Amino acid sequence: MAGLTRTPDASRAPTGARDTVTRVASTRDSSKPPFWTNRRRDVLAGYLFIAPQLAGVVLFVLIPVGLAIWYSLSDWNVFTGEQTFVGVDNYAALAADSQLPSVLWATAVFCAGVVILNIGLGLLLAVLLNRRFRGATFFRTLFFSPVVVSVVAWTLVWGFLLQDNGGVNGLLGAIGITGPNWLQHGDTAMVSVIITQVIRSVGVNMVLFLAALQGVPSHLYEAARIDGAGSRVMFTRITLPLISPTVLLTSIITIVGALQSFAQIAVLTSGGPELSTTVLVYYVFQQAFEFNDIGYGSTLALMLLSFVMLLTLLQWQLRRKWVFHEQ
Amino acid sequence: MSSRSKSLLRRALLVTALGVLAIPFVVPTIWMVAASVKPLPEIFKSPPSLWTPDPTLSAYSEAFSFQPFARQYANSVYIAVLVTVITLLVSSLAGYAFARIRFPGANALFLVVLAGLLVPSEVTIVPLFQMFKRAGMINTHWPLILVTALAGPCVLATFIMRQFFIALPAELEEAGRLDGLGRPALWWRIFLPLAKPALSAVAILTFLTSWNLYLEPTVYLTSPELFTLPQALTRFTDAYGGDMWNTQLAAATMTVLPVLIVFVVAQRHFVEGLAHSGLK
Repeated sequence: MAGLTRTPDASRAPTGARDTVTRVASTRDSSKPPFWTNRRRDVLAGYLFIAPQLAGVVLFVLIPVGLAIWYSLSDWNVFTGEQTFVGVDNYAALAADSQLPSVLWATAVFCAGVVILNIGLGLLLAVLLNRRFRGATFFRTLFFSPVVVSVVAWTLVWGFLLQDNGGVNGLLGAIGITGPNWLQHGDTAMVSVIITQVIRSVGVNMVLFLAALQGVPSHLYEAARIDGAGSRVMFTRITLPLISPTVLLTSIITIVGALQSFAQIAVLTSGGPELSTTVLVYYVFQQAFEFNDIGYGSTLALMLLSFVMLLTLLQWQLRRKWVFHEQ
Repeated sequence: MSSRSKSLLRRALLVTALGVLAIPFVVPTIWMVAASVKPLPEIFKSPPSLWTPDPTLSAYSEAFSFQPFARQYANSVYIAVLVTVITLLVSSLAGYAFARIRFPGANALFLVVLAGLLVPSEVTIVPLFQMFKRAGMINTHWPLILVTALAGPCVLATFIMRQFFIALPAELEEAGRLDGLGRPALWWRIFLPLAKPALSAVAILTFLTSWNLYLEPTVYLTSPELFTLPQALTRFTDAYGGDMWNTQLAAATMTVLPVLIVFVVAQRHFVEGLAHSGLK
């Protein structure tokens, strides 16, 4: 996503040359100026080409967001279909909701855990696999394969393995450790959800980091080696600064993805035990579709949206501080 | 120690470390396949093993008799294929226009489209449910097809296509124009054939997204014969709500294995497509 990190992208489209062609072509048939000049045809084609995508976004993203705002200002009885305007009542309910603090805490812990482990492990795997050795491709395939497995299937299997008498404790038992009942205790349930999520998705970050590492010019390392730099110095002084745009991108993708993790929570823990793994997305689903509270569900959904937007904005601002720019 | 044997030792250490790290990545999938052919009591044997003395396929036939599993399979396949084809068309058209055609408002409209990337599907699902309810499309596949193919992953696809088309040289277009090609012909006959790497990355990403959707089918579908696979997987419970583990694992294996095999065969293409399709 170069466009997010580097600005001069749009100017890369060579516009000057195209204009010449347009002019040459339009003078060919100009005995009297026709309405359908190439320029007009182009504009029409532009609008027609983007029309389906634009319609999709307007109809299925923008209008629903507008409706969500409207719903959040109303109280909705699903059974009678009665919708009454209540102003900011649903927003006041946020402050009064005794469950919300633990939901937000679980969301923060989940996101922080997933992002830190995902970036750290993804970078480690990429650095290890960036060396030339037989089997590098094989390992890359292994680490990437969970990405292809559907979340529900992956989570079901882990749910089985993490049961009290499941495979993980079976393995631990074989070396003399009595494992906890992973999914039944608050702390271990959260750890389980985070780890299964990280293992499933880290392959994507690994690939993006690998692509970035391959873009680091090797002469920089050679120069550093001549200056007597060790591998740790080379990593922190050369590798990390040069791939920082990718670190930024992956952290945005990962944190926004973590905020939206629904299936793994729904299948593995159903938000429990108690509220320990009820993250915001799952809470939105419960309020809207289990308790049929459309108004409050929409309010929570907008809270989720504002988190996503704030995080993206924050990262965007930070990029100037810590993203290294070539040239 | 000679430097040669030193580097050999290093390599051995690296491979061992990677092998240990890989365990949680591959064992669950292998175990899923292995357990699906075990008789039920053996699944819980401790310590767990990947091997069974008397494999059976009974869990597989049970999966088909317990739910309309063949039907659910067909649903997932046709929805994913349809969504992928529509997404390829819509995103390559829009991506081409945003990258190559200058028209008033292009930048602003591109930002509007990008907004679709920023809004999580969980935010829009409540209003979308109401919209589809009003249109009489609840408990049909329409919401899964329309929203996935035109919003959501399609926005990312449009972005990828745009990045790809921007990088292509202008001479291609000029040559086509001199031959009298209009915009549709330029798109179809010159740019699409060149965009195969980007198109295949988009196709794989879109297919996987649709194949693995869980929240949307859960919200929109209520009849088991309309279910898609991820949703069906969670419904293998006996009359007392207990999990039918071996049947569930057999069904999960059937859901995962075809996609996994395609991935392993085409993985070089896939991973490189992902890394080089402007996602950088």
